[in-house]
Amino acid sequence: MAIAESRVETKVYMPQAPRPRLRLLEDERWLAFVLLLPTVVLLATFIAYPFLRGILLSVTDARVGVPGNFVGLANFYKILNDGIFRTSVYNTFLYTGVTTVFKLALGLWLAVLLNRNFRGKAFTRAFILLPFIIPTVLSTFAWKWMFDPTFSVLNWLLYHLGLITGRINWLGDPQLAMISIIIVNIWRGVPFFAISLLAGLQTISPELSEAAAIDGARPWQRFWYVTWPLLLPVTMVVVLFSVIQTFADFQIVYVMTGGGPANATHLFATYAYQIGIGTGLLSEGAAISLAMFPALFLVVIIQLLYIRRVEVR
Amino acid sequence: MIMATTHCARESARMLSLMEAQSSERPAKPPSDRPRGSRSQWEECMTRITRRNVLKAGTALVGGMAGILATGRAPAFAQGTTVHWLRWNDFVPTSDQLLRKELLPAAEKALGLKINLETVNGNDLQPRITSAIQSGSGPDIVMLFNNHPQIYAESVIDLSDIAGRVSEAEDGYYDLCRANSDDGKKWISLPWAIVGAMIAYRKSWFDEVGSPTFPDTWEKYREVGKKLKAQGRPIGQTLGHTFGDAPTFSYPYLWSWGGTEVEKDGKTVNINKKEVIESVKFMTAFWKEAHDEGGLAWDDTNNNRAFLSQTICATLNGASIYLEALRNPDKYITEKGAQLRTDIQHAPLPKGPAGQFAMHTYFSHVIPNYSKNQDGAKALLKWIHTRANYEPWFVSQKGFATPPTHEWETHKLWDEDKVMTPYKIAGRLGQTPGYPLPTSGKKAAEVLTKYVITDMYAKAVQGSSAEDAVKWAEDELKKIYT
Repeated sequence: MAIAESRVETKVYMPQAPRPRLRLLEDERWLAFVLLLPTVVLLATFIAYPFLRGILLSVTDARVGVPGNFVGLANFYKILNDGIFRTSVYNTFLYTGVTTVFKLALGLWLAVLLNRNFRGKAFTRAFILLPFIIPTVLSTFAWKWMFDPTFSVLNWLLYHLGLITGRINWLGDPQLAMISIIIVNIWRGVPFFAISLLAGLQTISPELSEAAAIDGARPWQRFWYVTWPLLLPVTMVVVLFSVIQTFADFQIVYVMTGGGPANATHLFATYAYQIGIGTGLLSEGAAISLAMFPALFLVVIIQLLYIRRVEVR
Repeated sequence: MIMATTHCARESARMLSLMEAQSSERPAKPPSDRPRGSRSQWEECMTRITRRNVLKAGTALVGGMAGILATGRAPAFAQGTTVHWLRWNDFVPTSDQLLRKELLPAAEKALGLKINLETVNGNDLQPRITSAIQSGSGPDIVMLFNNHPQIYAESVIDLSDIAGRVSEAEDGYYDLCRANSDDGKKWISLPWAIVGAMIAYRKSWFDEVGSPTFPDTWEKYREVGKKLKAQGRPIGQTLGHTFGDAPTFSYPYLWSWGGTEVEKDGKTVNINKKEVIESVKFMTAFWKEAHDEGGLAWDDTNNNRAFLSQTICATLNGASIYLEALRNPDKYITEKGAQLRTDIQHAPLPKGPAGQFAMHTYFSHVIPNYSKNQDGAKALLKWIHTRANYEPWFVSQKGFATPPTHEWETHKLWDEDKVMTPYKIAGRLGQTPGYPLPTSGKKAAEVLTKYVITDMYAKAVQGSSAEDAVKWAEDELKKIYT
């Protein structure tokens, strides 16, 4: 009987052995490796390779169509002595700093408002997202027309409201041109902050705030001591993304001013583009682009460390 | 395999019906009539299909991509006898229509080619050719502005044979064509056309302030401009980062005062001198007194809009303003009720202490050496540059574009409309960036693309002292030339 059972089991549980190659794929470790492979290939192709290529370009004297020779750090030395580059560095930090502060403040304010219950809440939330949904180039062209030096609708409005008597040269004056691109960036970035922070607010239990209210906390105390600390991790992530995007911003400046007037609004990206693409000095353009890297890397490291600390706590 | 698939389908259907039968409020559970921890046949089946089939498909895809990348060639279906021609969106739209509807179909028939004409914004031509050269694939023929071909000299094919033939047949090219299209060894681009830069101005308005003819010196122009601005009719001029109107104004202005970006030796930068500082001081005052100050931020289209809306009295431009007024005579009406086209005249830029100069927007075509259809591309350029084929395009421009050879100066088109006559000899008068160098090389192209000369004036107009603005330009030029 035992022998018979054994025979039956042999028939049932001894299927035809899979071919060796397929058996390898049944191994969980190999399978994990193979499944990860496309992601690794994509990351290597679209992130690691361009990054390494950028580094290699920046230490050569390559021009468009000409590979060039190794020149060490000569390109970096050159851009450090370049007045337009220094202006671009100042502009980039100013642009990123000012816009991030305003986007955070306005975004938080909007998020708190949108977190309340009111009629048409869903519609309002969708409406708030509009600046973020419209393609950047299209909306920036609309802003460019609004700031037009000669036919500005803003000037027309301000004039007819009696607020100005002469034309404001929005994009022709260096300071006003910078303010103009900052306004457009804030307009475009606030929805991202608002919706992300709203999502964060909705994960906070209202009971905490209610408990604080019963204990006698005022609205701003409830926000400052209850809501804000719980919202901080989300805020840090949103700020991190925004800083990276704003630091490397290109489209708004390129469409509105092209870096002008007289290089007054050049950022890292627009100047790198002008040098790399416009003049064909790929190596110098790569050096300008890479000059962004240490600053961004530092921001990312600080913020990730902070987020990790908050999460551990 | 078929059996397995059928079995899987049956098993899937059973699972779906089970899931439907379960309440949507509860998560779907696997069938419970089997030992805990074991897998259903359905799960086993899905696992096998997902892992193996997906992996096989993925491997094939990656392998295929790797093959394409390794050969460095596009797949066979993307090759052929199609010639991809990249040009700008012409300021005279009828010319683009003529190309698409008549000339290129005729060329396709005559040459046995398929021609793909792509038109883009003028500012997008440089990024397109840069990325095409770096990636080794892209359009077979690319239009470029001014001396931009010099930047790509190593990456484009020699067009000396076609250029020589056209030059011989049409009484020779203008000097500016060679300066822009010849790198000193060969013709790197084939001259296409010159868009003459002349001042379009409102004749009646100039008459009203006592200037029946256009001022022939900068001093006179400034005086007239001052009176016109006082009437709310300023001069409109861009000093922004534009490929056309800003450099075609700032370079000749500099030359007319005796300044150049480099000496004849091609190395010595001598811009920081009295004449140039004077030119900057003059410009600062001229700007405030006579110009629309918004011009600092204008692109190449702003002055057209401003002129046609009668906001400005004069502007340096190609003839597109006049041609637009001709196209829509009843749309553009003067304050006195006349058609605007009847009140527009053209004139060259005024003289300075060192003479009278011009710089025109120049167009030429290159064939990048990555092109797989170089013969087809050359055949198309040869075909379109024969007199019979080029003439309809030239006529459609109505004088906006001047051909690059002397022969066309005698064309009857120039007698048809006296307002356009000044453009007839635009090619004779123009100089190129890098003047007085015989060839506008890479360095001059870099100066132009970095807007060094334009920005020198723009900085001063914004408030820098003339000395600081010139010193800044000198530093920038030295970085490039030395």
